[in-house]
Amino acid sequence: MATYLEFIQQNEERDGVRFSWNVWPSSRLEATRMVVPLACLLTPLKERLDLPPVQYEPVLCSRPTCKAVLNPLCQVDYRAKLWACNFCFQRNQFPPAYAGISEVNQPAELMPQFSTIEYIVQRGPQTPMIFLYVVDTCLEEEDLQALKESLQMSLSLLPADALVGLITFGRMVQVHELSCEGISKSYVFRGTKDLTAKQIQDMLGLSRPAVPLQPGRPLQTPEQPVISSRFLQPVHKIDMNLTDLLGELQRDPWPVTQGKRPLRSTGVALSIAVGLLEGTFPNTGARIMLFTGGPPTQGPGMVVGDELKTPIRSWHDIEKDNARFMRKATKHYETLANRTAANGHCIDIYACALDQTGLLEMKCCANLTGGHMVMGDSFNTSLFKQTFQRVFNKGFNGEFRMAFGASLDVKTSRELKIAGAIGPCTSLNAKGPCVSENELGVGGTSQWKICSLDPSTTLAIYFEVVNQHNAPIPQGGRGAVQFVTQYQHSNTQKRIRVTTIARNWADAQSQLQHIEAAFDQEAAAVLMARLGVYRAESEEGPDVLRWLDRQLIRLCQKFGQYNKDDPNSFRLSESFSLYPQFMFHLRRSPFLQVFNNSPDESSYYRHHFARQDLTQSLIMIQPILYAYSFHGPPEPVLLDSSSILPDRILLMDTFFQIVIYLGETIAQWQKAGYQDMPEYENFKHLLQAPLDDAQEILQTRFPMPRYIHTEHGGSQARFLLSKVNPSQTHNNLYAWGQVS
Amino acid sequence: MSVNQQAHTGPPYGQPQPGYQGYQQPAYGGQPLPGVPQSQYGAYNGPMPGYQQPVPPQGSLRAPPTSGAPPPATGASLPSGHLAYSQFGHGDVQNGIPASAAPMQRPPASQPFLPGSAPTPVSQTSTFQQYGPPPASVQQLSNHMAGMTIGSTTASAPPPAGLGYGPPTSVPPVSGSFSATGSGLYTPYTASQGPPPTSVSQGLPLAQPPFLGQPISTQRLPTQVPGFAPPPSSTGIGPSSYSPATGAPRPPTMPGPPLSGQTVAGPPTSQPNHISSPPPPSTMSGPHPGPPMSGLHGPPPPTHPPQPGYQMQQNGSFGQVRGPQPNYGGAYPGTPNYGSQPGPPPPPKRLDPDSIPSPQLNELPPQQKPRHRIDPDAIPSPIQVIEDDRSNRGSEPFVTGVRGQVPPLVTTNFLVKDQGNASPRYIRCTSYNIPCTSDMAKQSQVPLAAVIKPLATLPPEETLPYLVDHGESGPVRCNRCKAYMCPFMQFIEGGRRFQCCFCSCVTEVPPHYFQHLDHTGKRVDFYDRPELSLGSYEFLATVDYCKNNKFPSPPAFIFMIDVSYNAVKSGLVRLICEELKSLLDYLPREGNMEESAIRVGFVTYNKVLHFYNVKSSLAQPQMMVVSDVADMFVPLLDGFLVNVNESRTVIASLLDQIPEMFADTRETETVFAPVIQAGLEALKAAECAGKLFIFHTSLPIAEAPGKLKNRDDKKLINTDKEKTLFQPQTSFYNNLAKDCVAQGCCVDLFLFPNQYLDVATLGVVTYQTGGSIYKYAYFQLETDQDRFLNDLRRDVQKEVGFDAVMRVRTSTGIRATDFFGAFYMSNTTDVEMAGLDCDKTITVEFKHDDKLSEDSGALLQCALLYTSCAGQRRLRIHNLSLNCCTQLADLYRNCETDTLINYLAKYAYRGVLGSPVKTVRDALINQCAQILACYRKNCASPSSAGQLILPECMKLLPVYLNCVLKSDVLQPGPEVTTDDRAYIRQLVTSMDVAETNVFFYPRLLPLTKADVDSDSLPAAIRNSEERLSKGDIYLLENGLNIFVWVGVNVQQGLIQNLFGVSSFSQISNALSTLPVLENPFSKKVRSIVDMLQVQRSRYMKLIIVKQEDKLEMLFKHFLVEDKSLSGGASYVDFLCHMHKEIRQLLS
Repeated sequence: MATYLEFIQQNEERDGVRFSWNVWPSSRLEATRMVVPLACLLTPLKERLDLPPVQYEPVLCSRPTCKAVLNPLCQVDYRAKLWACNFCFQRNQFPPAYAGISEVNQPAELMPQFSTIEYIVQRGPQTPMIFLYVVDTCLEEEDLQALKESLQMSLSLLPADALVGLITFGRMVQVHELSCEGISKSYVFRGTKDLTAKQIQDMLGLSRPAVPLQPGRPLQTPEQPVISSRFLQPVHKIDMNLTDLLGELQRDPWPVTQGKRPLRSTGVALSIAVGLLEGTFPNTGARIMLFTGGPPTQGPGMVVGDELKTPIRSWHDIEKDNARFMRKATKHYETLANRTAANGHCIDIYACALDQTGLLEMKCCANLTGGHMVMGDSFNTSLFKQTFQRVFNKGFNGEFRMAFGASLDVKTSRELKIAGAIGPCTSLNAKGPCVSENELGVGGTSQWKICSLDPSTTLAIYFEVVNQHNAPIPQGGRGAVQFVTQYQHSNTQKRIRVTTIARNWADAQSQLQHIEAAFDQEAAAVLMARLGVYRAESEEGPDVLRWLDRQLIRLCQKFGQYNKDDPNSFRLSESFSLYPQFMFHLRRSPFLQVFNNSPDESSYYRHHFARQDLTQSLIMIQPILYAYSFHGPPEPVLLDSSSILPDRILLMDTFFQIVIYLGETIAQWQKAGYQDMPEYENFKHLLQAPLDDAQEILQTRFPMPRYIHTEHGGSQARFLLSKVNPSQTHNNLYAWGQVS
Repeated sequence: MSVNQQAHTGPPYGQPQPGYQGYQQPAYGGQPLPGVPQSQYGAYNGPMPGYQQPVPPQGSLRAPPTSGAPPPATGASLPSGHLAYSQFGHGDVQNGIPASAAPMQRPPASQPFLPGSAPTPVSQTSTFQQYGPPPASVQQLSNHMAGMTIGSTTASAPPPAGLGYGPPTSVPPVSGSFSATGSGLYTPYTASQGPPPTSVSQGLPLAQPPFLGQPISTQRLPTQVPGFAPPPSSTGIGPSSYSPATGAPRPPTMPGPPLSGQTVAGPPTSQPNHISSPPPPSTMSGPHPGPPMSGLHGPPPPTHPPQPGYQMQQNGSFGQVRGPQPNYGGAYPGTPNYGSQPGPPPPPKRLDPDSIPSPQLNELPPQQKPRHRIDPDAIPSPIQVIEDDRSNRGSEPFVTGVRGQVPPLVTTNFLVKDQGNASPRYIRCTSYNIPCTSDMAKQSQVPLAAVIKPLATLPPEETLPYLVDHGESGPVRCNRCKAYMCPFMQFIEGGRRFQCCFCSCVTEVPPHYFQHLDHTGKRVDFYDRPELSLGSYEFLATVDYCKNNKFPSPPAFIFMIDVSYNAVKSGLVRLICEELKSLLDYLPREGNMEESAIRVGFVTYNKVLHFYNVKSSLAQPQMMVVSDVADMFVPLLDGFLVNVNESRTVIASLLDQIPEMFADTRETETVFAPVIQAGLEALKAAECAGKLFIFHTSLPIAEAPGKLKNRDDKKLINTDKEKTLFQPQTSFYNNLAKDCVAQGCCVDLFLFPNQYLDVATLGVVTYQTGGSIYKYAYFQLETDQDRFLNDLRRDVQKEVGFDAVMRVRTSTGIRATDFFGAFYMSNTTDVEMAGLDCDKTITVEFKHDDKLSEDSGALLQCALLYTSCAGQRRLRIHNLSLNCCTQLADLYRNCETDTLINYLAKYAYRGVLGSPVKTVRDALINQCAQILACYRKNCASPSSAGQLILPECMKLLPVYLNCVLKSDVLQPGPEVTTDDRAYIRQLVTSMDVAETNVFFYPRLLPLTKADVDSDSLPAAIRNSEERLSKGDIYLLENGLNIFVWVGVNVQQGLIQNLFGVSSFSQISNALSTLPVLENPFSKKVRSIVDMLQVQRSRYMKLIIVKQEDKLEMLFKHFLVEDKSLSGGASYVDFLCHMHKEIRQLLS
């Protein structure tokens, strides 16, 4: 079905949308029998080089419950200057500005190629981006030094008018005032006490002081900016100050006795950061960037006590309900995350430590607000440094690849309802006629807030077909969905991106072929995986696996062709052929398997899985394996142990790791130094090829993957061996494997 | 006066007398008297003889004492002696005289006032008998007389005095003789003097008539009344009021028969002390024998030939009373001292002039005038007492070797030689002779209390306590009661063990401490070891004495500055910062250390707190704001407390910036409790003790723990709710104080209020942690800067110990039961102070829980465990041995009124927390009345009930007590704010005896009388408006303020010289300092002011008061002998009242 593949690809490139089904079963019953739900992966801000934004307001349907945006699917009466909403069929007048409209003079939003269009609108004051650094000082000297350098470096990457703030924490939490001369000033908070937003604002002097009326003093009208500027200042103004301040930053001075962890008040620090922004810049794009080098050990949000003899919770402890602090801490961070999301801010977590740092408890901060989560061994590694640098990467047009405070509004045709979304978003609780009662992911709403997003941020949105089984296929045979994303662009503009798509309905009984052919197995795999991972967050691992298995079985039952009791007769059509393989690897993936992963790692992996686009998600589900040899150009090979051959170099990309593995022979050659001999230059090239390819991946990926270079028998080869399908093992290598 | 009474007691005393002699000797002679008075005395007496012939006869001794010095003179010519008397007679003078007799110090007696002793004559007769005047006198004599108050006994009493002085001669006659003679003499005196002079001399006389005397007399006993008067004879104050009676009675006593003549005489003498203004009229008339008296001087003596001696004595007696009585065998010391003293006494003459008032008496129809004027000069004069003590005891060092010695008055400059008892600079007692049984103690009502100032500053001539290091095993202590090794421990079994002098438990001597004993049972190394030979010394504490068994780190000072709008606006913040820059170089350091070990930290605050990191490695200071005042903590560890030298530049930069940073502040609200908490937490974090210097301006109304509301309500005054004004608003501060004490966090508070800020509550922590409060109401840079800076400097620099625990151990039989001062107690025995500086004083009250024995006496050991300013843990030990008595007279003879007042004031000031002020005042009056009544009943020679007889040692009790009663706390004037009262209440609670003395009875110096060529101060005068002359300039100081009062008629030249302006009207009363002018007068005055400033622990506020100016009201408030605006009684009135109370008790 090359045509469908192309269609899918086109659609993705134009609209950033991939549906599991591209022809929709026309009734609820049929849709249910399809096993894989009707759903899509939406990349709201997909980079479009060819999409110039238009500089006017979108035209909205006048029905208050609809408010869909005028789009190419609408029927337009050019003479009457009317248009009919394709979602609610309301007839609307064009606004006066559209008076000159005609069939040959169409506005962009009516042209079919602008099924996705972006408006720039003028709303409210434009506030610069805000970056609030929240820095842990309970670090090793070396780590702190590296972190300070990274932070100082980052100042130069920020837009000059961006506001920055600095909070440091250890046993205490310090909010630094940035505009002081001669004396550096900071507000200090106890690390053990949870404070309400109001208290924090009072203590920081952010609440409007009851200004004692003092004769002779002119009233300061621009009160608000003055206040906030104490802690958040434009980079260009306090560049030097902040650089010095960071330079003087010392390790937390409180003594840590033998056998104790340093007291780290991450929970309070975050709470204060949230409170600070909440009080000063609500509903403005802001990033709270938390840099922490260990688990929170005191106060609200503490994850582990300060006694070193009690280790931080493991999956084992959690299963046994032995993690004393987990529930409370989680609750604390959830509350924070919800507040942050409500204010439209986001929280990034950069956790660098050899042990766990409490990402399990803190994950919601990043998950709900669209923040980044980065996990490393130390701040003094290129993994962290480059990842952090990449946060400030700019896109092709010289704009930061970040956007803030987005809200996504989904509208559907009457035959469809919205079941939910999975991704870095929170519900805005917008009930409406198109909201389904059945929830998948974050449901019960047709609007979500995405506090921070970048061009690759991808949400999975699940639908439910509500057309009754006996009802006819709707008139026109197409169902439509509109995604309206309003967000603050990195250049502080407010923008609205509108994507409207339509798909054909088909009667599953008579047109199953069509439906089957229009199955997007990659999207389906990712959508199912997201559901699985979403469930895994709240359910026991085995249950989720069983559910996945059952879904797969049902799918095969529905679409496979086989003869009973004859395994060899089983066939799946091409459009389904890869799906079982994805499911197989998904079951083995760290997203669902917690064995050999710490709770933090699981949270980390799942975090990234829930926000990456389809390609990256697939890599995560089934790592890519390339083989380099003298036998031909590099080729993808099966992720199977049989692919490991002595004369091959393998490059595996699991998204989180990039492994280069030299086969036994190659490794021997390399040891013998052939690559340095001019006559074996081709060998040198062979060695170099995977390195170059890896470099290319490293350049673009966020977060920066762990880069592993190993060889046959090397200890690090385990990264490869743990991923491949163990078709050949020490049990069968000499029996079965040889035979084959 | 007291003398007389003593005389009465005489009989019993008789024996004691010897004691007196003994004492005197020791004291004066400096001869160490063995602890045991009597026996020793005896011994001394021996020597005495050498001195004065009289000596031998102890009884006579007394006489000698009085006459002591005079004796010589007087001795020579009795007449002269009389003269002298007359001088005494002058009234207070007389009393004073005795005082002057300095020796008298303890005039055990009674210096009761004999009111109109003079008047006595008349009625007296009747009374007299009662008094058994003559006999009495005799008895008295037998007693120690010395003690005797003047009363009728006056005669007798005087005798003692007389004894001392002139008496010597007379002395010879034994006590017995004395008494007899004495009485005789007296009478004559009184008689003679009495009338005219009497009144004068005794002062009483005058008063007497006017006093109750009449009324009373009329009412009750004419006799009694007279009693008063008569009593005066000795100390006798009473006379005046009670005049008639007293007067009458007295005379009787003495002269009994001769009454007229004698009586007069008698009373007079006594009168001097006593102010008995008995029924003047009647008496007067009667006494008028006085008239004859007029001849007094002359006459009296004549009357009793022997008397002369007595008379002398009498005079002396007064004097003696004080000194001698103490046990000094009046004889011994008496003699010596007296010698000198006598001189002064004579002055009595003055009295005469004053006595003039007596005329009034005359005027007064006997009965009618309930209250007539008593001659102010006739009542005991504090000035005279002070002067006398100064001249009598100021010259010889006070050697502490003898048990139960009464030290010189606090107003006297003297040197102390520690020979086994703690210097009076460390400990003073209300009585140096403790009743053996609790019954006696209860009967007398004399509180047994010690005023302890453990870290008192010594004059440079005296050596600081030696530091003893017993190595790792620590100080040697009794196994049972844990008393520390001291000179009173008895080594037995060849030195292998020692018996505890407190609990008698026998303890092994540790091997390393073993030493052989010599033939007297003393250790051979007695003189090598301070703890065996000295009364005060220090031990180096071992780690066992430290908190958490860890040696302490050096303490820290944290400066916490209010930077709210008020503080910044007034320039205070800038001032403090500027001053700190230099002041930090003068932190206290130990011994020869090059730099102070004390670390410093800085905090500023308004509604939030700002901590500063001034670590030496920083380029600029860091400010850390803590706004979570509800739950205070310290935001930093490293860099908050720093060594001044290391962080000098950062600190300087900080101090420069603080005023700038807050220059534009508009924050008016402040917090307070969190500030203390912050300091406390900082010290906790640094694991050290320390002191917070908090500079605060307003009522803490910002939302925070310890938030206060304005609850000032003047309407509460004189209601049952008045006490709430002194109580803290919330118990929060009490709990905070407790925490502070546990950490050794002492809080010094500098307040700069512009309105009510609730000192009662804010001061709680300061008070309980042993800190000081300084208050500068309506602070203005120009006028208050010097005062504040001087206080601050002194406060920062003064010697201070931290984390102190004090325990007072006593001999079995008595027990420390109550404590007054700035401290915290978590149990009933240990006084805990986060900080204890050299000015802080603790008053400890003792009660009997068993019997004491006369032989072994009573011992006190005050052990203070503290951390020195260099962080060394030390124990300072003060030991004091006291005598015990089975005779009340001994008690009264060895009392110290100044100390008593210190105790009573503190007791009363604490009382206002729980009872209405009126109740407290009444209780105070009642207790004193009981004390005096007990004396009168048990010790004074019988005399007319109308006579007020005061023990010599307590003759100033009424005047001082009246001052306490009139003080702002107990009887506030309209201009006194609630804060002032609370402030003073707390201030007084930590005062030592010298401070309370001048605080309650301010020093009033006629500047115009100052000798510009000498260093000396002009002679002080009594605090009464009558004493001020319009043509003079006076200076009044009470330890807190200095007033310079300028009369309207002062010569322009003086004004020009002093103020640099040409006329009275141009003098600005806004001056806070005297202009620096180059002329002798200005220099002299300024040097006087400077001298006074140095003497006091606080820099006094200088206020210029022009006569008839508004401010004069304020000034008059301090003229404590006058009636106060707030209703406080005048001295004379109060005396009358007291007399009435006593009489009620007696009847």
